Amino acid sequence: MLRALVLPVLLLLLWEFVGQSGLIQSDMMSYPSAVAAAGAAALLDGSMLKATQQTIVSALIGLLIGGGIGIALGAWFGMSDAANRLGRVSVETVRPIPSVALIPLAMLVFGFGYGMTIAVVAFACIWPALIITQTAVKQVPRELLEVARGLELGWVRKLFTIVLPDVVPNLFTALRLAAGVALIVAVTVEITANPQGLGYALIVAQETLHPDRMFAYLIWVGLIGWLLNFGLLQAQRRLFTRWDIA
Amino acid sequence: MTARAILLNIGSVVVLLLFLALWQFAAVTDLVSRVFLPPVTDAFDALWRQVEDGSLVQAILGTTGRMLVGFAFAVVVGCGFGLLIGLSPTVRAYIEPSLEFLRPLPASAIIPVAILMLGLTKTMIIFVIAFGSLWPILLATIQGVKSVEPRLFEMARTMELSSREVITSIVLPSAVPDIFAGVRLGLTVSLILAVITEMMSAEVGLGANILHAARSFNSPDLFAGVITLGLLGLVINAIMETAQRHLTRWQQDY
Repeated sequence: MLRALVLPVLLLLLWEFVGQSGLIQSDMMSYPSAVAAAGAAALLDGSMLKATQQTIVSALIGLLIGGGIGIALGAWFGMSDAANRLGRVSVETVRPIPSVALIPLAMLVFGFGYGMTIAVVAFACIWPALIITQTAVKQVPRELLEVARGLELGWVRKLFTIVLPDVVPNLFTALRLAAGVALIVAVTVEITANPQGLGYALIVAQETLHPDRMFAYLIWVGLIGWLLNFGLLQAQRRLFTRWDIA
Repeated sequence: MTARAILLNIGSVVVLLLFLALWQFAAVTDLVSRVFLPPVTDAFDALWRQVEDGSLVQAILGTTGRMLVGFAFAVVVGCGFGLLIGLSPTVRAYIEPSLEFLRPLPASAIIPVAILMLGLTKTMIIFVIAFGSLWPILLATIQGVKSVEPRLFEMARTMELSSREVITSIVLPSAVPDIFAGVRLGLTVSLILAVITEMMSAEVGLGANILHAARSFNSPDLFAGVITLGLLGLVINAIMETAQRHLTRWQQDY
């Protein structure tokens, strides 16, 4: 545990020393204490929280829309082999499009603002959700499906009483991975084109030559990503150990 | 192939054609404004025009050229350092937690830093692509090397293998599937970064083209660009899948 801290602490000290000593004279130079001060200032005047809220709201709504579509399609393709085969060419045609290629299109359709980020995030979140759900649904034990057939359940009841309960832990994994994608894509859209949120704050700090604020935002974005990942992993462990044992 | 499978394969293509027909219908009847959605035929006309005047080839070469240079740096550095870090438990204890902290950081977040240091230059673009696609490769290599069966190292010691022999005949073969998964992810990241760095700078490429098309409300060119990027993604995927199958063939034999 202690050894984990050696490298970051050393790097921070070195950075502080080089920055303070003026060895490198440059507009881009900053050092940790200045970064911390700039971060605290941005946090206190509310600008950082506002940007965070804009990014998180876009990422979350995009995640819900894209993840929802992905899970629905995944469940459908997983339950019906015919649907899976019929949809294959269409899915394989759309899926390789890099989500960032849709940034200009989203800009054209929605203009600047939440809609643009949400649309690109939703597109990116469909695929991890779809693949994980489909794989999980396909692996639902055959005995359970036979029970469903024996009980003559319609597909709605089969989906909600047999299939979904069996794949809940996998759905959570899908959600966790898609959440990581959502945050990354949201920040990327903001950096590239959308004038709001954390990504835009990063770009503005760079364009106005405020390296201290830029690094503060960079570290903040990293922290949020790490917390999101850590929190969801912990939640998954807490919630689903029951399933793993069973 | 059974008759059912053949029928479903044909049906699958028909479904795609139906989607395209729906798109054409929505555009032609102005159900969706043509500013956003050009008729399919216009989009493919635009694509064909770009093929004929050579601008498409130029854009593809620009984008993939920068992507591959950055990616090559990332592979060399990522695999090299991954091996060094992965092989030594001591080094790992010091470095791995810091790397894990950096893992969820969006690769695009270093673009502002890179622009500040290097300006809107080609060097900046290559740096961003290399740096961004380095992480998945580095982390996967560490993971792969770390999970080599320890008994194999004991065996190597009793056989008195040199450290180079240990790497080439024990570590690499067993880590290749992990490393390759990382390399694949890295290539995807490098395409994404190549596209967005172009959008932000003035380099000729597919990303710059589609942004320009969107700014001038030229939806046929925009869709032509998106289709090209989709095809590029498809080709890259196919190449990587073939390479993966080839490299891990020995595993499937067992």
